[in-house]
Amino acid sequence: MDLNFTPDEEAFRREVQCFLRDRLPQRLSDKVHFGRRLTRADMAEWHAILNAQGWFASHWPKQYGGPGWNAVQKFIFENECSLAGAPRIVPFGVNMLGPVLIKYGNEAQKRYWLPRILEGSDWWCQGYSEPGAGSDLASVKTTAVRGIDEQGEHFIVNGQKTWTTLAQHANMIFCLVRTASDVRQQAGISFLLVDMKTPGVEVRPIVTLDGEREINEVFFSDVRVPAENLVGEENRGWTYAKYLLTYERTNIAGVGFSVAALKRLQQAAATQLRNGRALAHDPLFAARLARVEIDLDNMKTTNLRVIAAVAGGGAPGVESSMLKIRGTEIRQEISSLMRRAMGVYAQPFIEETSLDHQDDIRPGPEEAENVAAHYFNNRKLSIFGGSNEIQKNIIAKMILGL
Amino acid sequence: MNFQHTDDRRMLADTLNRFIAEQYGFAARNTIAQSADGFSTQLWSRFAELGIIGALFDECDGGFGGKGFDIAVVFECLGRGLVLEPFLDTLMVGRAIALAGSTAQKARLAELIDGSCSVALAHDEPNTHYELARVSTQARREPHGWRLSGAKAVVQQGEQAACLLVSARAADAADAENGISLFLVPTDTPGVVVRGYRKIDGGRAAEVVFDSVLVGAEALLGVEGAGFSTLEHCIGFGVLALCAEALGAMDVAKDDTLEYLRTRKQFGVAIGSFQALQHRMAELLLEIEQVRSAVINAAAALDSARSVRERALSAAKYSVGRIGALVAQECIQLHGGIGMTWELPLAHYAKRLVMIDHQLGDEDHHLQRYIAFGQG
Repeated sequence: MDLNFTPDEEAFRREVQCFLRDRLPQRLSDKVHFGRRLTRADMAEWHAILNAQGWFASHWPKQYGGPGWNAVQKFIFENECSLAGAPRIVPFGVNMLGPVLIKYGNEAQKRYWLPRILEGSDWWCQGYSEPGAGSDLASVKTTAVRGIDEQGEHFIVNGQKTWTTLAQHANMIFCLVRTASDVRQQAGISFLLVDMKTPGVEVRPIVTLDGEREINEVFFSDVRVPAENLVGEENRGWTYAKYLLTYERTNIAGVGFSVAALKRLQQAAATQLRNGRALAHDPLFAARLARVEIDLDNMKTTNLRVIAAVAGGGAPGVESSMLKIRGTEIRQEISSLMRRAMGVYAQPFIEETSLDHQDDIRPGPEEAENVAAHYFNNRKLSIFGGSNEIQKNIIAKMILGL
Repeated sequence: MNFQHTDDRRMLADTLNRFIAEQYGFAARNTIAQSADGFSTQLWSRFAELGIIGALFDECDGGFGGKGFDIAVVFECLGRGLVLEPFLDTLMVGRAIALAGSTAQKARLAELIDGSCSVALAHDEPNTHYELARVSTQARREPHGWRLSGAKAVVQQGEQAACLLVSARAADAADAENGISLFLVPTDTPGVVVRGYRKIDGGRAAEVVFDSVLVGAEALLGVEGAGFSTLEHCIGFGVLALCAEALGAMDVAKDDTLEYLRTRKQFGVAIGSFQALQHRMAELLLEIEQVRSAVINAAAALDSARSVRERALSAAKYSVGRIGALVAQECIQLHGGIGMTWELPLAHYAKRLVMIDHQLGDEDHHLQRYIAFGQG
């Protein structure tokens, strides 16, 4: 029993910390710190910095340009990045499609698409959810009909995807499409790569409750997709989709995010006053704070136990459901306490653009910036990636055998 | 990073689990729990022969373990069997002697480890409500020793103890850390009045009154007036032990409940097929894994600096308090009517889990303590 990293792992951790200290632009970490909107250029900049270091595709094996890290190294990297306030890597191309192509793509697809992901030539988004298929993913209705004409074999795609994160920045989308309807739901799905500049693709924003434009609807009307953009075999897409979904997610608990957010919360609790003393010394607030801190202390070790099991060759699949539920609950609770800590100053909803003038003064303490918006945005954590209720179904079935 | 126990500890756990499975079935446990003694002196000797008590102490004190994870492994097994023998108080009193005892006092550790001398910690008082430093029992200096007067509350297995570790003070305010002294008092000393009773979760405890009890100078454990740190040290071991015991009990409660959900039928199907029950069970699983992590954290922190150690211990005991009651309540509820009956083993696990929150500080006490240590 040993909770410490090995000397090698510690050395790796220091290497990551040094890299972050030297190469993570303060401008970006400040934005993350204050929950300000990251532009496409911001995200691309951070991707490029990581890629120059050879650390962008942290899940890829060396032969495809990844660093070839083990589970512990991936965890350390992701954890240190979130502690340092690095922008989250946009996962759709590098962490989702990449591993699918590496495992199921043909040589031509790997040779063409993988380098473009690394360089940032393509921005990918994920065409999974549909208006009628959220947690029940296998019921996708978007159709792809195979055909042939003078330009060659192709699919004609019709339908709609929704909740498509950052589709407004993307030029490519990977989609689950229905290619057979006379079979079991899961058996008629294919995995297709679609160029979003093809005629018939339309992206419409969905503004979230915090005023953010993060998610979109994507419509497909008679969109022509070359047959070579089919990944793997036709009608086998469900297998690939599941592989992508259950793909080892070492950071699903988001411990680093929580630790960083808790630190900000503790700072706020030390400066905000109630009854003439710091909130941190207010018995009721201190109790709320301590409860989530203890839960996080426990969670850190639970997370390490899972990482250690994975590193030892164990199967991580189902445990990630536990990490997802508790990890997101903790993140939500911290952002909820941050909102409480700001008192009346949680209310102002200030657009960045309205503060362009030097003499503009933001009302309230600096930490109050976006605090409520952030809290509302974080409600998504227990909904996406398989809602926490779906995760409980998975636990009941896979761990409890019910 | 390695979350496997050593081979030695795995063997210890195997031995203990097997012994408990053979000797400590539900019927046997029920008989012991309601017996006049409150535990089995015969089994206590056999536990000692197996070396289970020795596993709680360092080699230099005559044991062969004594690390946080040794204690966690042993008590997790004890929790799985709802074992009633006085491991907890033997651990706490023994660790206090090992830390602060004179050579003569330390010589008595051998009798603790071989099971021939039963001991109990007499610290809580009727109005202390878990406060570690609140001691009203008086210790007055006499020419050749001390005179103790006061009352101690819910001393575990107090009737069977041959010797009590008693906290008392000669000086300072009743809640000051300074001024507390510790004494090893044989229970047959004139003036020691022990009034025993049953406990809701099995076994027995006692109210102990010290009616002007005269003890010799050799009864003092450690330095006069400086007993608080010894007390905190030995109770820290006790807190870890209770947390690990709770973890073991939770695992059994969870397994029993799962089995019931799989086999009990209503409306023609197993009740485990109902999503409302599945989600509650999944939640319990999550919470129990958090306790497992909390116990690991506490065991690992046992050798750390005071604030780190005490924070980890309080974090664990808080978690165990909150989650133990949750597991108890949910498991009874998921069983329905049968969960309310004495004949169901689960009911006794539920009682133990809740009562653990009433020993060595409850959920609120340890949350407050965790906060206080965080604020330095």
